[in-house]
Amino acid sequence: MIELEQICRVFKVGDQAVHALADVGLAVARGEYLSIMGPSGSGKSTLLNIVGLLDRPSSGTYRLDGRDVTGLSDQEQARVRREKIGFVFQSFHLVPRLSAAENIELPMVLAGIPPVERKARSERLLRDFGLLDRARHRPEELSGGQRQRVAIARATVMQPGVLLADEPTGNLDRATGKEVLHLLEELNQRDMTLIVVTHDPEIGQRAARQLHMVDGRIESDTRRAEPA
Amino acid sequence: MKPADVMLFAWGALQGFRTRTLLMMLAMAIGVAAVVVLTALGEGARRYVVGQFSSLGTNLVIVFPGRTETAGLGPGMLSGQTPRDMTLDDALALTRSRAVRRVAPLSVGSALVSVQRRNREVPVLGSTSDLLEIRHMKLAQGRFLPPGDPHMPQPVCVLGAKVSHELFGSQAAVGEWVRIGDRRFRVVGVLASQGESLGFNTDELVMVPVVSAQMLFNRASLLRILVEAHSRADIARAKQDVLDIMQQRHEGEKDVTVITQDAVLATFDRILRALTLAVGGIGAISLGVAGILIMNVMLIAVAQRTREIGVLKAIGAAPGQIRMLFFAEATLLSLVGATAGLVLGEIGVYAIGRAYPVLPVAAPWWAVVAALGTAIVTGILFSVLPARRAARLDPVLALSGR
Repeated sequence: MIELEQICRVFKVGDQAVHALADVGLAVARGEYLSIMGPSGSGKSTLLNIVGLLDRPSSGTYRLDGRDVTGLSDQEQARVRREKIGFVFQSFHLVPRLSAAENIELPMVLAGIPPVERKARSERLLRDFGLLDRARHRPEELSGGQRQRVAIARATVMQPGVLLADEPTGNLDRATGKEVLHLLEELNQRDMTLIVVTHDPEIGQRAARQLHMVDGRIESDTRRAEPA
Repeated sequence: MKPADVMLFAWGALQGFRTRTLLMMLAMAIGVAAVVVLTALGEGARRYVVGQFSSLGTNLVIVFPGRTETAGLGPGMLSGQTPRDMTLDDALALTRSRAVRRVAPLSVGSALVSVQRRNREVPVLGSTSDLLEIRHMKLAQGRFLPPGDPHMPQPVCVLGAKVSHELFGSQAAVGEWVRIGDRRFRVVGVLASQGESLGFNTDELVMVPVVSAQMLFNRASLLRILVEAHSRADIARAKQDVLDIMQQRHEGEKDVTVITQDAVLATFDRILRALTLAVGGIGAISLGVAGILIMNVMLIAVAQRTREIGVLKAIGAAPGQIRMLFFAEATLLSLVGATAGLVLGEIGVYAIGRAYPVLPVAAPWWAVVAALGTAIVTGILFSVLPARRAARLDPVLALSGR
């Protein structure tokens, strides 16, 4: 459950204040499929970063699962991020020197989960995502689609409630992009809240709920009557 | 995050940037090796000197004529006279002390030694039969100076190994006659080759009874008296007794200087230890330089791996964990580098030992511990700044690689 109230994010560019987010309020229920669309510079990525606790709002309140996480320390925010939030990026952001399996295990390493369980969980995900024969390969030896699937596996290995994707298909061709989206949607159907940021209307319209942002404000918030 | 995982991750990161890692380890290794080799050299010099002193004899007390103290004005000083001479009887009187085991008077001069047409100008040492024991000398052939009344001049001599070789070649010298100055002496023994000890090379000496030497050089005074105490514990008492006896015999005049081998040894020991510390310190400076290098490279690493740090943060790494990862990296680096340096240093020490067998080089344990400690501490200390910088990176900016 994500609740944002009057969230503002102000950047200083030179001596000018730029309002990346102006008074944004948003509530996302568990298991929702939400897309955020809008032109570049409209604040959609900033919004995603704030929801993902990578960025702090200049003002406003953010509650996650009923808990106010706005004022938490870096340490506590890192913990929340580890346990409740999964991130998928446009450029995958895998650690280049680690194998696919090691990349997937990384969040569990940070959480201090014992190696035996790490291995079991990463293997299950590798099998589910059809990457079992790629487990020992390093990112540079994987195709774009495979890399993004590894990244999704890494984002979901801690079984977070929220999965955030920032242009997840931006670096992929149409076919692989679709595969990746299907994978994300499949995870959403298993009750994982999915928020996708995209500038591509075709992708955005797949979501049950669609936000349009302009100049740091939510311009429209529409729901499809019938979920896909 | 488990410590083993931290180490594994840091190790992986080090392997990911091999050239960088190797260069840093090299810097660290050279620093540690420098400390090890330099202190080993210093320690070798110390042991060499201590060894030289010990080969002089054990529990030695050495008596010189004259006071080395400059305080006050003695009557002899005004008239330009040297202090009262030490005589053979002075030396023999010292055996009265119960702390004294043996006494050997020394009278030294230089004389022409000749056999047939071969001549050598060599130092001639006059002493008594006890000198052999006191100085721990060994004979190659024959006997040493005969015991008996030291006042009796006897026409016998003992040749140093080199002198014997030069005068007689490979022929047996014992039993032959040699001419020393204007007198003839029969060779009764030849010393085993012992090499130099404290500038006195027994190989190049000729030894004659002390009275014979005094007659040769027409001099009744002794250069010094070697006194051997019964035990280490007796050294102090022997020294006091020597002073007392000499004062008594010289009409209350304190006109001899007595040094103990222990005191000289201790002084040299102190000086050379300080020297070792000093060169070790110079080596340690290179360790400091290596530390700064580590800081530099770690700062570059943070810049290079900004994106990776961003990713780690995005998947839930706390600032403390990031800090720890970089810390672990620097620690591993300095640990491996220091170990490599230790091996390198020991190889260097071994090589020096092989090249100069005379010098007993060996790195003292405290230097090894200090080198390793300094290496690791500097490595960690200088990684504080980079680690903190990494931990403070803004995740959003870091992910975009800015």
